[in-house]
Amino acid sequence: MRVALAVPCYVDQLRPETARATLILLERLGCEVSLAFDAPCCGQPMANVGATDNALAAAACWTRSAAPFEYVVMPSGSCVNHVRHHLGDAHSARVTYELCEFIAGPLGRTRITGAFPHRVAMHLGCHAQRGLRLGGSTELNQPLSGPMYSLLSGLDGISIVPQSRRDECCGFGGSFSIGEPEVSAAMGRDRLRDFAANDAEVLVSSDVSCLTHLESLLAGGAARLRTLHVAELLEEATR
Amino acid sequence: MTNTHADAAATFLGNAPSARAHDDALWFIRGKRDGASNIPEWEALRTAGAALKAHAMGSLAELLESFEARATAAGVTVHWARDAAEHNAIVLDILRRHNARRVSKSKSMLTEECGLNEHLEHAGIEVIDTDLGERIVQLAGEGPSHIVAPAIHWRKEEVAELFHRKLGTPIDESSPEALAAAARVHLRDSLLHADASITGANALVAETGGVVVCTNEGNADLGMHSAPVHIVCVGLEKIIATLDDLAVILRLLARSGTGQPITVYTTHVTAPGPGAEMHVVLVDNGRTARLADAEFRSALHCIRCGACLNTCPVYRRSGGYSYGHVIPGPIGAILAPAVNLEQHKSLPFASTLCGSCGDVCPVRIDIPAQLLAWRGRVARAGKLPASYRSGMRYLGGTFGNAERFARAGRRLRWALRALPWLLRGRWNPWTRVGRALPVAPAESFREWARRTGRNQ
Repeated sequence: MRVALAVPCYVDQLRPETARATLILLERLGCEVSLAFDAPCCGQPMANVGATDNALAAAACWTRSAAPFEYVVMPSGSCVNHVRHHLGDAHSARVTYELCEFIAGPLGRTRITGAFPHRVAMHLGCHAQRGLRLGGSTELNQPLSGPMYSLLSGLDGISIVPQSRRDECCGFGGSFSIGEPEVSAAMGRDRLRDFAANDAEVLVSSDVSCLTHLESLLAGGAARLRTLHVAELLEEATR
Repeated sequence: MTNTHADAAATFLGNAPSARAHDDALWFIRGKRDGASNIPEWEALRTAGAALKAHAMGSLAELLESFEARATAAGVTVHWARDAAEHNAIVLDILRRHNARRVSKSKSMLTEECGLNEHLEHAGIEVIDTDLGERIVQLAGEGPSHIVAPAIHWRKEEVAELFHRKLGTPIDESSPEALAAAARVHLRDSLLHADASITGANALVAETGGVVVCTNEGNADLGMHSAPVHIVCVGLEKIIATLDDLAVILRLLARSGTGQPITVYTTHVTAPGPGAEMHVVLVDNGRTARLADAEFRSALHCIRCGACLNTCPVYRRSGGYSYGHVIPGPIGAILAPAVNLEQHKSLPFASTLCGSCGDVCPVRIDIPAQLLAWRGRVARAGKLPASYRSGMRYLGGTFGNAERFARAGRRLRWALRALPWLLRGRWNPWTRVGRALPVAPAESFREWARRTGRNQ
């Protein structure tokens, strides 16, 4: 299956290993991956503060880049949520998938063979959780579920640790982390406390933005927690 | 940024034990709500709630007139108030005609919105809030910080100290049972001997002309049935069409708000008692103007259950007062900007857009979408902070072009490596709260792809 890898702006610049892991993983699963998708950003950072005019150029560039493809895969629930629900382009909305959603959906692999013998805390980003509905929500009395959960829980040796507030926000929220730094950091620290209380060795997230925020708060206390994007974890588990 | 919410929230978080207790107390209620909503028909109930409120707002005039006709026929006097001032004047006028000096009042966010207590006290009338939480904040000279649990920000030791000063309870008595018992004795006297009773209303039923009042303490019932005059102060958006609709609202309200199947007392008043008077004051105060704004109309569907406050990770960690509006939390953040955009422009940004509020709303108000839409209104009104405006202009010019983006990214990564001491300044909200700067890689993904020839 031919897919385009769309790399979110902050992943490209701050965590390229997530994009490389996504590329390797998709190829390992039999995809032909094109890196010709060159739009830097979907425009969400601007749109989410209400500056929709400033998001237009990025959105137009994104739409142009997506046009030739039938599948566009992103290692980010947040960007895909923006593309699907806010970009205003029907083609982009139809062809763009979050990584695990793509693997379990169009690729038809709800389980992949691999091993990851560690205690893992799962943090699905809020936009993957409630925007794309890629995880069961406590608000809706749904069990822990969804493509990321099923791919992870299918790995040999993995233990997904319980959490007292499993779908609580990490506090990043884009501009929120800058506009309300105290609340933002308090939310992140509470998530880390929850992971630590359940003896997690590894934190895995659908979104680099959540990971970056939680990582930034690790210095000091719970420094032993290893942080991985789900693409990195799955790539490592399937080597 | 003249960011009133962020500053107030930082102050709230400064008292760490209190802030943690606040978060824990609200999370506990959120958990009870999850349990109470775990019934097979829950999502269908939410859909029915959304539909019946949309219908009521779409036939507002005829439903209100139908309510008025039936209530009037039953001997109730119905008043129409355009705004808070008219509402306060109507209530004061009724009380003066009865020479009322002492008034008992059950929980009512509408009277908080209108500043009724201050208005009546200024005219020499004593108002006693008879809901326990309301009485706590009233004795402390505060307003409610939560629409259902007004004193949620108070810890029991603090209440003990307050009651000791105000009600003469023993200084070391802080068991909730003893404090509630002391309040019960104190309030019962006020309830039984008040010259008039004021209540809010959770619903007005057009087909019966009835007023529905829900409480857990029975204080509204004691008040309205003891006093010679009962005045109901209510926002006109509380109208619903039928008793069938009421059944839906009642099932949604307490399960969402407190995790109870239904409130302990649910009273449907359709006429004044023998020899008594009953008045209903229908208040607009900006509601019909909101109805005219299609983008934000559905915010009027709110039944004031408080579920979005309890679930909001920002509200739980910032407290009700940080919103600077009578209705705090996510619903307050979409109601307040319509009242005064300049004053409340920071509220739509007091959210990570995590979406939890929308998923607990019993009438399916898409609060996250409205928060985002209000951000757009703030931006288009030129009210974004200057740093956001210039920052977004820069991003807008950079992120839509691969070459410019690559250059900007290189500069950012160089700065993160070469000037971390500069980026860690007090001016930087990222690092100011103890967050480390990200470690910048030498090479971006696209640089790697180009170098390795993978970008073909």
